[in-house]
Amino acid sequence: MSTFVLLTITGLGLGAMYFLIASGLSLIYGLMGVLNFAHGFFLTVGAYGTWWMELHLTGIGSIWLRYLIGAAFGLALGAAIAALVELVLIRPLYQRHIEQVLVTVGLAIAGTALVQAIWGGDQRAFVTPPWLNETTDVLGAKVPNDRWLEIAAAAVVFVLLQLFLRRTRYGLIIRAGVENRSMVQALGIDVRKAFTLVFAIGGVAAALAGALSNVYFGSVVPERGTSLLIFAFIVVVIGGLGSLGGSAAAAVVVGLAQQYANYYGSTGMGEIVVVLLLGVVLLVRPRGLAGAVAT
Amino acid sequence: MNTAVAPAPTRPLLAVADLHVYLGESHVLQGVSFDVPEGGVTALLGRNGVGKTTTIRALLGLTSRRGTVSFDGVDISHAPTHRIVRRAIGYVPEDRDVFAGLTVAENLRLAARDAQPRYELVYDLFPRLRERARQRAGTLSGGEQQMLALGRALLNENRLLLVDEPTKGLAPLLVTEVARALDHIAELTTVLLVEQNLAVVRRIARDAVVLDQGRVVHSGDAAGLLADRDRVHRLLGVSGGGHA
Repeated sequence: MSTFVLLTITGLGLGAMYFLIASGLSLIYGLMGVLNFAHGFFLTVGAYGTWWMELHLTGIGSIWLRYLIGAAFGLALGAAIAALVELVLIRPLYQRHIEQVLVTVGLAIAGTALVQAIWGGDQRAFVTPPWLNETTDVLGAKVPNDRWLEIAAAAVVFVLLQLFLRRTRYGLIIRAGVENRSMVQALGIDVRKAFTLVFAIGGVAAALAGALSNVYFGSVVPERGTSLLIFAFIVVVIGGLGSLGGSAAAAVVVGLAQQYANYYGSTGMGEIVVVLLLGVVLLVRPRGLAGAVAT
Repeated sequence: MNTAVAPAPTRPLLAVADLHVYLGESHVLQGVSFDVPEGGVTALLGRNGVGKTTTIRALLGLTSRRGTVSFDGVDISHAPTHRIVRRAIGYVPEDRDVFAGLTVAENLRLAARDAQPRYELVYDLFPRLRERARQRAGTLSGGEQQMLALGRALLNENRLLLVDEPTKGLAPLLVTEVARALDHIAELTTVLLVEQNLAVVRRIARDAVVLDQGRVVHSGDAAGLLADRDRVHRLLGVSGGGHA
């Protein structure tokens, strides 16, 4: 029982990170039709931004405070770089989807290489606030405390994004734009501003996943964004392009399936199960769990 | 000595000159030119596939085009769609294009540009939109979706409405209702109307422009055109019936 509880909560923690990456990916594709292969780079930016800032805050005694300031810096950097990518690289290529894919793939490769060139390819240890390294007893399972942080962060982001989409004018524009971008423009709305905003929001969420992944894995490594991005893409497809609710549900399913299969099957089985799950969803429900509606 | 001064020619609200549109390899509009005078309804007519919807979309910049489009004397040929619309041009698309996942109220709220959107006018004209304000637009009937599409365009004080086949696919009773609404709308603003139902055109249009194979083949008085059955049959391929 305790193993099952541990696997479940760890799976939810992993799913939380998948959701944070997938939410931005899903909205960007749903609204703009851009398959952003550079999205993992935003995670790497958040991870390294957090790590770098924390490293330079030696004057501050509290590790928690250092982590929070570092994460805030990482998130701001993620948002700025994502907005810049949209303005400089994506905007000139609207409606040219092949070129967009090539540019984002190129950026992902170049970005990772740049991080490797500056800080090296080896993983670097990340100083985690002590409480996050401790465990909490849940039904006999010793659950690492960082899992709670990951789950809580994803839940807060989910609620905030839902409020943003439902209660603000830009949210309304994004929900409408996911359905029919041309018609939004034909109502006199400059949809390009929404594009930049969605990229920035996606950048923040991915950077947050980066800051959390530092704690989850206890280190930073240049390729982390790329490796997590693959699962985030699977989550987006299973959840339904453009749907936050679908992404959240799919992230939970993928995170849990991966953990259970890796433990009860064998190491590496988790990845196979996730790919099989993707295949089943594509065959049975090609538009994903929720389809192209920003919910 | 004759001292009478000839009246200055009035500037058209919309002037289209030598408009070309290519869709893939197809040269859909081949130098379309016409004017829309201020006030009343100008009908844009033609058989299926002659480029009526493409013309409307080209005027709005929703499809790439070549040629000159002037609105109230200002060249809008190179302006992006949202800037064109903000010059007080409303659009009611052929397939309604309401946002299915948004409620009726959200669809209207999204369309509201003016500081004081005319919700009362819209709800007076289409009371069913008020009743169904919280309902998702995707669950409305075709007629109700058309009302929503028209309502969206009426919320703002537009100077020109581009209305593309508003009665398409509607039951005869709804055609009458939409025609009545268009009648009312035409009293408020200038309308460029694409319409296949000639009874509706006869009822509300003052001028008519006829397209054939991507070119304008008639431009002038609508009543005169519709009175000439042979001409109507030759240009439009129909006899001129339908509900209004």
